[in-house]
Amino acid sequence: MTPGKNLRWLKLTVFLACLMPLGRLAWKAFHDALGANPIQVITFSTGTWTLVFLLTTLSITPLRRLTGQLWLIQLRRMVGLFAFFYACLHFTTYVWLDKFFDVHEMLKDVAKRPFITAGFTAFVLLIPLAITSTRGMIVRLGGKTWQRLHRLIYVSALAGVVHYIWLVKKDERVPTMFATVLSALLLYRILSWMVQRAQNPPSKRPHARGWRQEPGAVSD
Amino acid sequence: MLIKKADEMKYSEVTPKKWYMNRRTFIAAASAAGVAALGGSSLRQLFSPAQKAQAAAKIDNLKKSPFSTTEKETPYKDITNYNNYYEFSTDKYEPAGLAKDFKTRPWTVSLEGDVKKKQTLDVDSIIKLAPPEERIYRHRCVEGWSMVIPWVGFPLSVLLNKMEPTSKAKFVEFTTVSDPKQMPGQRSDVLDWPYVEGLRLDEAMHPLTILAFGLYGEELPNQDGAPLRIVVPWKYGFKSAKAIVKIRLVEQQPINTWNKAAPNEYGFYSNVNPEVDHPRWSQATERRIGEFRKRPTLKFNGYGDQVATLYSGMDLRKNF
Repeated sequence: MTPGKNLRWLKLTVFLACLMPLGRLAWKAFHDALGANPIQVITFSTGTWTLVFLLTTLSITPLRRLTGQLWLIQLRRMVGLFAFFYACLHFTTYVWLDKFFDVHEMLKDVAKRPFITAGFTAFVLLIPLAITSTRGMIVRLGGKTWQRLHRLIYVSALAGVVHYIWLVKKDERVPTMFATVLSALLLYRILSWMVQRAQNPPSKRPHARGWRQEPGAVSD
Repeated sequence: MLIKKADEMKYSEVTPKKWYMNRRTFIAAASAAGVAALGGSSLRQLFSPAQKAQAAAKIDNLKKSPFSTTEKETPYKDITNYNNYYEFSTDKYEPAGLAKDFKTRPWTVSLEGDVKKKQTLDVDSIIKLAPPEERIYRHRCVEGWSMVIPWVGFPLSVLLNKMEPTSKAKFVEFTTVSDPKQMPGQRSDVLDWPYVEGLRLDEAMHPLTILAFGLYGEELPNQDGAPLRIVVPWKYGFKSAKAIVKIRLVEQQPINTWNKAAPNEYGFYSNVNPEVDHPRWSQATERRIGEFRKRPTLKFNGYGDQVATLYSGMDLRKNF
């Protein structure tokens, strides 16, 4: 596929597709189809989709490299921002529908409940990434700094998956699935970083000043 | 013992369906408004759902009980579609479908252990041991949600007395049926099957503890533990074993399934207690199914007047 002018249509399609989980929730809410515990369903659904979008964001680079479909990168920012969008919905559900803006209760939760601490961490780490997602911010920060900052997505995804594992009562099959996919995506980064290092050791490179000056290839 | 007498209630006084509908519409509207406000879409006309037809057999001559609460009952639809029943599925919305064809007849219950009259009884003869009572109880799940459920049953003590416990008997152990062919959840090792629960003998003999075989004046639906289950309203829901095939009186404290699965999270006693948190979440509040805001959880699920003396002198934090 050569998107070119089709890119706009592609982006629009992906944009609408990304809104489908929310549309489905809204439809169910209108039709009283959210079951006996609607708030739990909303919390669970928005949380799950945050993780799906986070992992999708992280899979774009490997996919792009492995398939040679370079245009895929054009979709990464949007998918990443949708991860943040669903994280916001998830967080709002917690603050509003679950805790009813009881700040004291929420602070207690963040301090006392490891799964909330992990989830909160995952959410907070996404905020700077969303803020600096514009072209202008990339220019302002400089590509290298921007890339380094955006490595926070690894920590966020990790914290998000841990959040899920820690909250389930017993059946850990689905959270384990997320953990497996995340491990594979992280392993890809580690391996490609090692391969690159082996092919081009820092000592042999001109102006080598340590790993921080590596071309950002593996970190995106 | 102080027994709080709830007002006598007739079926005509039970909240009409129309009212549940209004309340459900409110919940739908509230959640929809949340989603809509966040998503920027507009709020539309809401419509009410149709109540599912109920085909279960009616249980006649129900006695009212002074132990029943007058709180608004959770709709039948929710009690029968939101079930923690790991023998069928870990997904609460699935047992309703998966248990549809579960065979509850013929069914026998083996009564054994430290009793004078060991025997195996047919479930239908057990049900006839005493007149059926309606017991409208609060039901609090360890996960933080609750319901108000109109059970039909009679005190477990009726059956226990018939078994004639010996002086050695200190605890009662309940075993749920093991039938992986009919119970898909038992084909996975999410818990150690069959499900085992236990009570101290005095807890089991307490007038609040019932053998239940009905719901909303009708035969108990399969997904709610048919044909025969225990209901212990002051404890977290998992203490109330479902689909029982064996009741054994023993000298040693039984090891209940959830305690075996996670000893630091689920104790033997598992009394509802807002002061003792689950290690991973708070037990201070609960979401009553059908309500929008959480409500405070009551110690012993509000049955403290009746049962607190069972635990006098015990450290409930240690014996969680």
